[in-house]
Amino acid sequence: MAKATRVAFGEALARLGATHENVVVVDGDLSCSTNTRKFSEQFPARFIQLGIAEGNMVGVAAGLAMTGKIPFVSSFACFLAGRFEQIRMSVGYNNANVRLVGTHAGVGTGEDGYSQMGLEDVALMRSLPNMVVLQPADAVEAERATEFLADYVGPAYLRLSRQALPDIFDSDYSFEFGKGIRLREGRDLVLVASGGVVANCLEAAELLAANGVEAGVVNIHTIKPLDEQLLREVASNSSRVLTVEDHGVIGGLGSAVVEALSEMPDVVVRRHGVLGYGESGTQVDLYARHMLDSAGIAEAARRFLTPDVEAVATG
Amino acid sequence: MVVLSTAELSGLAQELRADSLKMIATAVSGHPGGSLSAAEILATLYFKELAFRAQEPSWPGRDRFILSKGHAVPVLYAALCRAGCIEEEELSTLRSIDSRLQGHPDHVRLPWIEAATGSLGQGLSVSVGMALGEKLDNENSYRTYCLMGDGEIQAGQVWEAAMSAGKFGLAKLTGIVDYNKVQLDGRVSNIMDLEPLADKWEAFGWHVVDVDGNDIDSLLAAYDSARANDEKPTVIIAQTIKGKGVSFMEDTHAWHGKAPNENELEQALLELGVGAAQDN
Repeated sequence: MAKATRVAFGEALARLGATHENVVVVDGDLSCSTNTRKFSEQFPARFIQLGIAEGNMVGVAAGLAMTGKIPFVSSFACFLAGRFEQIRMSVGYNNANVRLVGTHAGVGTGEDGYSQMGLEDVALMRSLPNMVVLQPADAVEAERATEFLADYVGPAYLRLSRQALPDIFDSDYSFEFGKGIRLREGRDLVLVASGGVVANCLEAAELLAANGVEAGVVNIHTIKPLDEQLLREVASNSSRVLTVEDHGVIGGLGSAVVEALSEMPDVVVRRHGVLGYGESGTQVDLYARHMLDSAGIAEAARRFLTPDVEAVATG
Repeated sequence: MVVLSTAELSGLAQELRADSLKMIATAVSGHPGGSLSAAEILATLYFKELAFRAQEPSWPGRDRFILSKGHAVPVLYAALCRAGCIEEEELSTLRSIDSRLQGHPDHVRLPWIEAATGSLGQGLSVSVGMALGEKLDNENSYRTYCLMGDGEIQAGQVWEAAMSAGKFGLAKLTGIVDYNKVQLDGRVSNIMDLEPLADKWEAFGWHVVDVDGNDIDSLLAAYDSARANDEKPTVIIAQTIKGKGVSFMEDTHAWHGKAPNENELEQALLELGVGAAQDN
């Protein structure tokens, strides 16, 4: 059943509250949107409402972490990214055991438009040396990633979708931190994706297969640390890598993959993601506009494989 | 801990000043003005007010002290040294490569530092988190102290933090403003006036104590007043003099972030009356 990863996170968090007494939730007037509301109802004493003051929220979370609490700090991805100075100083540099949870990733946020869209968050978070970055591709993976974070020690960023995502994984799925997942094999190119666009990549691979193009698909739920070994393997098999993400093309998954494969001379990587600032529209319309739906991803792959077609989706 | 007299704490503050200036002179960089203004505050905290174990920095029951005005860290290192946490020879490594005594406080390198600071305006938020953590556990285990600069509290985040401490009634949180009236570019009143400062904190739900921050007994009374209040966080507005104790450094922004040369250090130590006995 299709479900937003933010919803699956909220459900998992409420369950974890019962088993992890040190888990606390820090929120800035967005618990109804980030889905920490359920936790707040079940564990009101461990829910810390700090209002629309995210800089303070990040610092308070760092202080809580340094007293032994396990704070999950939830807000929109863009508002956390906007407090980068507090994150680098109070969380990162202190190596504080804080989980930053950014919902409303990318243009998938939809009608609210650019001001509410996380489009730079991965670039910023992964620039901090000790920050791990996770982005689940469906509800099951979001639930498992949340469970993983309850026991992980160190600064972490979890990126979640506003929109419902189709199921990819079964309920017996096991989350392996730092491991990419080959969802489909293909010799012509490999689509390396993360988050809400992974399901679209699987559909795009079907569309491409119908036209005789064999596209592999790799799901990267752990953007940092990146599974470089797996990437090198799939890159050496197909030599063309198209990264796909609902994030700006500068600094996100695509950049991380380019960095990882930069010493493989025969491999060509093209980054496919959001160009420019976001805008208002339905999630469906925006995914069509930014070529992040299955048809758009398939078209981006065809252009990549056809040298005389000019690249339009790289920045 | 031996209970020190007012005169002894005063003498200790002078020694912290001398140590700070020697460290800064050796490093050939650092912030004398805001270190000197806070010497009595550090002396009273570390030798009277704070509960801690010099050789057990992670003792859970320790009081937390966060130096939000991180640039004044030489005076904190000096206090940690006099308190037996770090060795005297380490003081001369301030700001040098591989030193635990970074130019601004570093929690990971030096365990007695409760939180990294130096990007101004963030320490009170971290302090609120620590005080909240203590309150959540309900074990009456420690108090939290946060020393802020006056220029620093121009930052909006400080007031976000102040609002949240008021909301949660963090009675075991004590903020101290080192109100030395001078910041890097000049006088606070010209750059971005803070007044009416006591009214601002009161409006945010704080118990306010306004004292002479270079006077030992006034500071001790202020800490007592904070302890006596069990409903609100307390802020001590410590009226201090920037560069206090060294005539040519007093009340000027010229010595906010400049190291004294050999002659200037000699003169400063002479004025402080503790130079001859020290040799680090």
